[in-house]
Amino acid sequence: MNRNIVPLVRFIVLGISLALIVIGILRREHLEVLQKAVRICLECIGIG
Amino acid sequence: MPGMHRNRVKRDAAGKRLSGQRIAQLLSAALTNGYLIGFQRGRIYAGGTKAVCVPVLNCYSCPGALGACPIGALQTSLGGVRRHFPFYVLGLLMLFGIVLGRVVCGLLCPFGLVQDLLHQLPLPKWRVPSPVDRPARYLKYLVLLILVIGLPAFAVTKTGVTPPYFCKYLCPAGTLGGGIPLMLADPNIRRLAGALFGWKTLVLLIVALTSAVIPRPFCRYLCPLGAFYSLFNRFSFFQMRLDEGKCVKCQRCVHACPMAVNVTEDSNHPECIRCGKCKAVCPTGAISCGFGEHFVPAEENRSAGRDTSGGNSSGHPQ
Repeated sequence: MNRNIVPLVRFIVLGISLALIVIGILRREHLEVLQKAVRICLECIGIG
Repeated sequence: MPGMHRNRVKRDAAGKRLSGQRIAQLLSAALTNGYLIGFQRGRIYAGGTKAVCVPVLNCYSCPGALGACPIGALQTSLGGVRRHFPFYVLGLLMLFGIVLGRVVCGLLCPFGLVQDLLHQLPLPKWRVPSPVDRPARYLKYLVLLILVIGLPAFAVTKTGVTPPYFCKYLCPAGTLGGGIPLMLADPNIRRLAGALFGWKTLVLLIVALTSAVIPRPFCRYLCPLGAFYSLFNRFSFFQMRLDEGKCVKCQRCVHACPMAVNVTEDSNHPECIRCGKCKAVCPTGAISCGFGEHFVPAEENRSAGRDTSGGNSSGHPQ
């Protein structure tokens, strides 16, 4: 049973992850990530 | 019983595989932190590749970073100005998880490399007692749920924007990769350092000192990214495989495992970081790893082995 389910789960999760990425890009979330990542994050480096 | 007798591992047996792991780690560190001029100038890279999260814990405020840290990006999506469900970041994290599982931890993570190098220091090695080790491993799931997801998503602040709590208060990778290099290069940033930087330096020192005596303490107990990827280990495309027919139950793999996983019982345990040390020390080549349909979970392989290779199942751990 496990032998059949594991590959199925793999491809379902793969499909969901790809769908989430596409939805995120359509919502321009990647630009939000870019905006955050190109500025020095003072909290991240311990300045606060 | 899982153990951490890494000092018992024969160097000649482990050497070849260790060097392969190290090459992968170094390549990954170089690829994710390739903006070398940033270290000299005290600036961070601001190109378009930073719209993409790297699979590893690598601070996007590290001067060399070419991509975004997925944990930092996740907190920003949940607690930033827009406050939304993190479709993009979660999708990337799930993609890395389902394809690689914790290969990311074992072969790609620069902070994993730092811990591995520190563990090479000639200091006495400690074995964490199982009654302490087992429950402590759940801490990383709490870190993920509370600091990375819960507080950014639900904590209320005056500004409406919640800080990245994990990055701010716990992440030693940000201090090592971002804080220290930027402070060394930029006197203006150096002047801003206060109590918080003192706290984060203390966290980094504790993790560094602990790494010298315990293998991968941050990965074991605190890393939220490792916690997330561990959820995918059993069914990721990349799998470890134990050939029951070849296994002679010498337990070398168990002793070699830096994460104290009993490889003979569960070769795709959530704690397995796929570093390959078990494979390197196996005298019969019973452990393999890779992508593909033939890499079925160890439990499946075990039952299949019983059916086809009589006489191999006696006494094997369940």
